[in-house]
Order: sequence, then structure tokens, then C-alpha cells
Amino acid sequence: MKLWFAKLAALFLLAVVLPLAAQDLASYERRVSVKTLPNGLTVVLWRRPEAPVFSFFTQVDAGSAQDPLNETGLAHMMEHMAFKGTPDIGTTDYAAEKPALEKVEQAYAAYEAERIKRVGQDPQKLAQLQKAWENARDAAEKYVIPNQFGEVVESHGGVGLNAFTNYDETAYMYSMPSNQLELWAALESDRMMHPVMRQFYKERNVVMEERRMRTDSRPTGRLVEQFLGTAFMANPYHRPTIGYASDLQSFSATDAADFFKRYYVPSNMVIGLVGDLDPDVVFPIVERYFGQLSNTPKPVEPYTVEAPQNSVREVTLQDPAQPFYLEGYHRPSYLAPDDAVYDAISDILSNGRTSRLYRSLVRDQQIAAVAAGFSGFPGNKYSHLFAFYAVPLPGHTTGEMQKAIHVEIEKLKTQEVTDDELQMFKTRTKADLIRGLAGNEGLAQQLAYYQTRYGDWRELFRYLDRVDKVTKADIRRVSNQVFQDTNRTVGVIQTQTASSQPGPGASKGVEQQ
Amino acid sequence: MSTRSDIFLTAVILSERGESKDPYSRLGCHPEPAWRANAPSICHPERSARSGFLSRLFCGTGGRAAEGSAVSSCGNEGAHLQARRNRSHHLSSRGDFSPRGICFSRLSSLVLVSLFCLLLISTLGSAQQITPWNQIQAPPLPAFTPPEPTRVQLANGLVIFLQPDLELPLINATARIRGGAISEPASKAGLTDLYGEVWRTGGTKTKTGDQMDDFLEAHAAKIETDNESDSTSISLDCLKNDFDAVFAMYLDLLHNPEFRDDKLQLAKAQMYTGIARRNDDVGSIVHRESLVIAFGKDNPYSRIAQYSSVAKVTRQDLVNWHRQYVYPNNIVFGITGDFDPKDMEAKLRPAFDSWQKGPAAQQPDIKFTEPKPGIYFVRKTDVNQSSINLLDLGIERSNPDYYAVTVMNEVFGGGFSSRLFNKLRSEKGLAYDVGGGVGSGWDHPGLTNFEMQTKSATTVEGIQGLDDEIDDLLKNPATPAELKRAKDDILNSFIFRFDTPEKVLHEKMAYEFYHYPLDFLEHYRTEVEKVTSDDVARVAHKYVHKDKLAVLVVGNDTEFGKALSSLGPVQDVDITIPPPPPGLMGEGGQGGPQ
Repeated sequence: MKLWFAKLAALFLLAVVLPLAAQDLASYERRVSVKTLPNGLTVVLWRRPEAPVFSFFTQVDAGSAQDPLNETGLAHMMEHMAFKGTPDIGTTDYAAEKPALEKVEQAYAAYEAERIKRVGQDPQKLAQLQKAWENARDAAEKYVIPNQFGEVVESHGGVGLNAFTNYDETAYMYSMPSNQLELWAALESDRMMHPVMRQFYKERNVVMEERRMRTDSRPTGRLVEQFLGTAFMANPYHRPTIGYASDLQSFSATDAADFFKRYYVPSNMVIGLVGDLDPDVVFPIVERYFGQLSNTPKPVEPYTVEAPQNSVREVTLQDPAQPFYLEGYHRPSYLAPDDAVYDAISDILSNGRTSRLYRSLVRDQQIAAVAAGFSGFPGNKYSHLFAFYAVPLPGHTTGEMQKAIHVEIEKLKTQEVTDDELQMFKTRTKADLIRGLAGNEGLAQQLAYYQTRYGDWRELFRYLDRVDKVTKADIRRVSNQVFQDTNRTVGVIQTQTASSQPGPGASKGVEQQ
Repeated sequence: MSTRSDIFLTAVILSERGESKDPYSRLGCHPEPAWRANAPSICHPERSARSGFLSRLFCGTGGRAAEGSAVSSCGNEGAHLQARRNRSHHLSSRGDFSPRGICFSRLSSLVLVSLFCLLLISTLGSAQQITPWNQIQAPPLPAFTPPEPTRVQLANGLVIFLQPDLELPLINATARIRGGAISEPASKAGLTDLYGEVWRTGGTKTKTGDQMDDFLEAHAAKIETDNESDSTSISLDCLKNDFDAVFAMYLDLLHNPEFRDDKLQLAKAQMYTGIARRNDDVGSIVHRESLVIAFGKDNPYSRIAQYSSVAKVTRQDLVNWHRQYVYPNNIVFGITGDFDPKDMEAKLRPAFDSWQKGPAAQQPDIKFTEPKPGIYFVRKTDVNQSSINLLDLGIERSNPDYYAVTVMNEVFGGGFSSRLFNKLRSEKGLAYDVGGGVGSGWDHPGLTNFEMQTKSATTVEGIQGLDDEIDDLLKNPATPAELKRAKDDILNSFIFRFDTPEKVLHEKMAYEFYHYPLDFLEHYRTEVEKVTSDDVARVAHKYVHKDKLAVLVVGNDTEFGKALSSLGPVQDVDITIPPPPPGLMGEGGQGGPQ
């Protein structure tokens, strides 16, 4: 261990820009302690005593990619339910509430069985079953103390209480004054053990509103859903994280509880903790509370590998909104040896006013307001897309965007990038690493992320080593591998005004190169 | 990998001015928390707090929009007691014999309880001692004195705040300059947007903006200019070893901007894009029209740029603006990072000392009149959800009622356990996004806004739901438990107002800029502590007028369950974008968006 630290320090001295070395990065390292409990939960703690506060980030290594068939949106629904309390929080009488909730599930199962009948549905019976389900919900509702979990967190000084779900993971976070560490441990371990599915079907309506807001009522939301459904066929990235409307209308609290049982196990979770925390005090508390989580093995994930794309795919959305251009190319997951090469490509194409796409499309040709290329779309745990997008200026078409982006791609494939460009990427990556150390919240997220994804939080720093090894030849090689016509999916918003309804087949889409 | 394009995108596509223009700005609601930009991405490289558009575009499904600065509670004694009473039930029903169950006997003494637990644990041979959450005794918070910046005022009037922060080898600085969009001529609305962009991109007398880009990006440094409703700013952000070179460039841009015309044309084209797209997004429409309804169409705070007003702005306008406002006596300068304050002061003084005073920026005299009550409807046919906003003029932060209003807002519309969140989201399942409160501005009335988004079919139900809660607020302002929860929430999280040197610096700079006492934050805490239930009742009646609220609805009325007109006369709001003057966009003289 000691030896390793010395090696790492040496690496920093060599690889990192001078001021970083002068600041003694090894001292940052000495602030970190890691503990893996016997049940498999890993906690990474970064001591940062600047102020008596702390932030945490709980990362569950399961996201919407794990949504069961016909139950899209379930991972995200479970995230919402983690705010609904436990047997100890959010109820006036759990002993009475528990059977009441079981009755809701029975009533719902009966209703749902009738509702989804394709043949022979009895409307009268359906109405009765619906009424029975609603009555059961009302009966259970009597015991609810709404949002008590949030109340407790916030009244004890918690801020930034939130969570998110994406394709790859589900995460929970907030910050508290450091004297509330034990309360945090009690609350967080409790909801990671015993979430109660109370008010589930009302919360499902809330999530439907979220879908309307994020996807249905937003032009780019509409486009991206169609785009991903086209770019991916087998890989779970083809389905929306928020869920399809019919699945949201169908899955049950029992389904969410099953998802929880399978994926919310300590061996599938990492917690990043950053702040004014002494590991000698904190770890015993963490062990006491989180040690209660059952020792269940990390779920094994079968996974369908996306078949190689061998055709150009295209989605054209006829929409009242202004035009927008998006295209994506399949690339391997974040574990690919070339991962940092993709980051270099993204940086050189998109980072700031010196980037190639900005200078070409925005500054020189003046056809776009914005243009960029980036990895990690829509996730990066599995094979995913390196995507490009551009926002045309008024009077310019998505076809022009495509043409101009392809010119830049062609340059990457046929000519090496300059030494300055490559060096800029490396310098900025290192500086961004330093900047990323500044906030407790962001740091807690990074520790949890790297620990989950690489089995070692130190990859946060080792990443720099991979960045340093990227060569100009790597960029050209990877560009040639990935940016192939038959590996491309195009998504376009084509403006359709009320007065210019095109007839059938009038949609021209984007002319292909 | 962090790019500026997200910033352009937000600025251009949404065509919104800085957040400060929205006097009641709700916190939270980032679909994804901001975090470091260069990690192999969970989502995509653009992840700054300003990348709302993109994160919404590309990210997964973000969290629970916990709006507002949060309310909260725990003081609800009834709930507590009942929860405790039921603990043993639930444990037995789980068949789970844990020490916790024993701990929760009716023993009144905590000491005895914990002793009992200890005994029990040793008997069971388990190392687990769990305290029920509501019996955990938090140790006192360690004493903490936030690092105070040093304030220096030069003879020419420039105010400097020096705030050392030695943790990381970085330096950040910002100069905030009086005079912003509210001072621009109405016929040239958008002038300061262009100024805020072209000041930087247009370069200096001796260096083009592109040359600056090359230098700065190679050093992973930034110099940026920006604009808000009442100010403009110029900032730098660099590794400390690059500070001298970056600061020299910063001074050059501060004193010798060139506003090159090619960059003005580029900035204009981007603004035209934003104008063309400003009706694509519901949020953009709501933001804009709320201000127009609450503040009046001719109020400088609600003015928006049009093709024609942007087209009128010339390079000379930008030069003139700079000449009119950028003087040391109009500037508050703050710097934080890895430096010794004495050394830094010795660098800054000679850099600024010889700068001559100029005319003081004049605060425009702005009349605020109350909005005309009624129902205002914006038809948007490509949505299946309505955005509802109940609007009024708010108050100024210097108002003595500010503290009681803050507490009232916490009770009513902020955070995870506010009445609006509990009722309209959790109990009725009507909305994902619901909240609001009486807004407060530093030097002008804020925007009072109670808002929600609900499916088209429940639009009227949603409005009535908000109305009912407002009625209830006036009838039952705040129970003692609610009051305690709200105050606990504000006071216990108070440390997060000053837990980093940078936050302290920004607080002080704001007080200086708006002529508030520099100890305002301390004062705030004391005053919040004093707020009573009667105060909350009083301010609720004083500032929340149901009959005076203007109701803005953006939605698709072909899907409405009940017609809006069932609530009263409806006034259609026309958001048609005035077309550009002929020939404006070039490209064969064609006009507006294709």
C-alpha cells in the first residue's frame, strides 16, 4: 500500500503540470480511506476538514438498463420510492399500514389482470376492480405522513437532497452539517434496507408528469427517444430511462420491490463520503448502521451485445420546433482500452472556442450556433455512441450541419491532429481534475463513480496516465474505426409549420454524403 | 472536456438573460448534479450547472425536482410519537429481532436505553448498536468561523475583496460592473447581451479574441465576460502559476477592448438563433411571459430582444457602453484562490491604482405596477402538459418583512415537505414540478410565483389546487410545528451559506454591490430566529393576494378536461415572434427561420 502511494506520487510529479506537483498531490491521497464491509458495501471517505459539513453520494450499480421487459421506467420509479420512507419514517402506524399496502397490491393485480385483457374484457368488472383498488389505496393512505423522510433530512440541516437515475446507475445524494453523520447513517441505511412502497400509484402519476415534461413536451426529448430507439436494437440503451407511457401505467409496487431486492444489495453499492469526517469515528458508525444490510451477492448481469450496425439509420422528426441535427456512431464501453482516445477526440472537436467544430461551423462558416461531438451517449457502461450535434442558424439546414461535421470527421481520419491540440487536451484534462476536487458534492460523486466502475477510486487519478499515453496515431486509428457511414444513425428535427404540412412522403430527411 | 458550447447553447437557444434577471429564482432541479467535467462520462461531457438544455437533452432521468431552498420539519410531535409507538409493531411484523426493537421500549431515560442495548448486544454477540433515528443525539457542531475576505478600497473607488483559499493551486477573480440590461435603450434591447459576448470574443487592441483563445485554452485558463440585468462582469479562472500572464491579459481586455465587428456579427447571428427558437421550449416561454405579466411589458426587467432591436446595435454602441460604465468607482472586484493576500494586494494595487475615476453608473428609475389579475393563456399545441404560474409582484430584500416571508415560503412552497409539494405532488399526484413563493429582489420587487406543471387534462384542477392551497395558507398560515420545521430547515442548513471561502466572497460582493451591510448574513440568521407564527400570518395576508394573482397557462387546450374559461375570462397571449427586417439574415435575403 505504502509503495503504491509512493508510485502514485511519482506519477503525479512526472505527469502533471508543475503547479500540481508543487501542491503535493500525495497529500490529497492521504486524506482518503476505504472500507469494505463484510456484506460487500464499499465506502470511500475523503477527509476535507475545511468546514464542518459533509456530502455523500450513494451509487447503486443498476440503472434503467436493468429495467425488466415491459417494465421500462422501473429503476427510476424505485428511485422515487426511496423518498417515501420506511417502517420507521413516513407512517403513523406501520403495523396497520403494512397489511393495507398488501391489500393495495392484491387489488391492483386483480384490476391490472382485467385491464390488460385483449379479448373478453368486462367493462363492468373492470370498473369494480378499479374501485376496489382505489378504496384499498385510500385505506392505506390514512397512515401516511407525507414526505417525512425529506422533512427529517432538511430540518436537520440537509441540503441538496436529490437523486437521479440514468441508464447505467441510480444515485442518491445530499449534504449535512458534520455533526449529523450518525443521523445520516441511520436514515440512509434504513431506506437502503426497508423502503416502503407507500403512495406508489400516486408517485407513478408524478413520474408520468415527469415524462410529459422531459420527453413529450420537449422537441429534443421527442427526438432523442426516437433516435435511441433507432440507433440501438438489442442493447438496453434503446429504451427510455423515464419509461414508455404504457409501462408506467402498468408496473406495480410489487415490481418495484422486486427490483429493489435484486439490485439494492450492499455488494452492488458504493458510498462516497467527503467532508469534515474522521475515519476513525465515521467507519464504526457506518459499520453499525450499514452492517445491517443483508449479505447478498452482487447480481450477475446477462447482457445482450449490440450487433454490429451495417446500415445507415435515420430518424426524421417532423416537428413545430426549429431544426436540430444529431448523429451517433457506435463505440465500445468505457472499459475499452481506447476510452481516453475518445475523450481526446471529443476535446479536440468540442472543447471551447479553439475546438474544431466551433471554429469550423460556428466561427468560420457561420452556419451553426453550436456544434459539438461527445462520448457517453446515452450511457457508457455498455457499448454506446460517440455523438455529434449542431444547432443551425436561421436559414441553414440540417443537411449543411451534416456535411460540415463530416468534413471535420474526414480530417480526423486522414490527417493527424497537431501537437498543440493534443497537448491542449492533456493540459486541460489535468486542470479539470484539479478543479473537480473543489466541491464536496462533486468529489463524493467521483469517488463513488470510480470505485464502482473500476473497483478502485484511484482510477480518478490513474486516468491521467491513460490520457498521457494518447498519441496522434491513436486518434486517427480510432476515428477510422468508428466514424464509418454504416455505423451511423442520424436524427433530425425538421420544422413543420401549421401552414406547410407536407403531404405523405414529402419528408426529404437529410441528404446523405 | 468541459466545453463552452453548453453555455452558448443555453444562452442562445433559450435566449434568456442571466438568472439574476429572474428575481425569484428557484434552486435545485438540476437533472444531474454538476460534477467534474472530464470524467469518462456517465452522460456526456457538458455538465456544468449551466448546461440545463443539454443535460435535459441527453441525460437520464433526473431526480426529484426538489424545488426551492427547502422547507422542512421534524418538529411534528404527533408524527414523531406515533412513529415511535409503532416501531415495535413493525419490528415484530418483520419478525426481525434486532436490538433496535429492544431499544425502543418505553424506557424514558436514554441512558438506560443505551445501557440496555449494550448489554443486549454483548449477550447476542453482535457488534451492532443501532439508535433509532429520532433518538440520535447529534454532538454540537464544531465551532467554525468562516474565512472573511479582506476588503480594500482604492482611492479611485474600486472595491477589492481578497479571499485566500490555499487548498488547490487555482485562482479565480471577477469584476462586477454596475449597469446592465435594465439600462439599455428599449429600441436596442439585447445590447448588453451582445456586449457581454463581444467584449471577450472581440479581443483587445493588440490581440484578437481568437489569439486570446489560443493562449488561454493552451493553459487551461478562462477569461470570460458576461452580462446580467443590472451589471456586466469580467472574470478569470486559471492555475496559479499562470496567474501573472492571465491577469495581464485580463487587464488588457478590461482597459483596451476592441469589439471587433466580425465577432459582433457572429454574436448577432447567435442571438437571432435564440430568438427564432424561443418558443420551442415551454420553460423559455414561461420565464419570459411571467416577467412580462408580473412586471409589465415595458418594464426593463421584462424586456426581450427582438430581431429588429438586435439588428440596430452597432460596434459603436458597445464601445460607448464600455466608456460609460467601466470605471473603478463602478466596480466590485473579488479574487479567491491560492495566494497570500498581502502579495496579491501588492500585485493588484499597481494594476488598478492609476485607473481614473469616471461618472457613477445611474440606476434607472423603474416603475413597478401590480399585474392585472386574470387568466393569460399561451397556446402550444405540441405539448401534453400545462405549465401554470400564478404571478404577482414580490418584495425587496431590504423589507423588514423579508425574514417572515422567507419562513412563510419554506412552509408553503419550498422543498420536499412544503404544503404544495405534499398536497399537489405527493397526495394528488398532479405534478412533478410544483412550488413557489413570494419573491424578493436585492433592489427591486421580486417575482412572486406559484407554479406547477400538470397534464393537459388536469389544467383547471391544477389551478384550483393552487388556489385552494393559497386560501388555506391565509386561513391557516403556519402551525407551530410547521414554523419550527421551516426555521430548523433554514437555520440548521445555514452553514451551507458560507462553508467555502468562495461562497463567503460571493455573499460579500453581493452586499457591497447592492449597498447592504456586510454583516447581512449574521443579521439574517438573527431575524429568522425571531419570526413567529403571527409574523407568518401577517405577511401571508400582506403579500399573498389570491384575487390579485395573474394566472399564466402555457398548454394545449385541445386536451384540456375543463375549459379554462370555466374559471373566468381568458386572455390569449400572442407569442408570435415579430419577423426580422427584410434581408437581415443574408442567405439570399430570406427572413426568418426556415
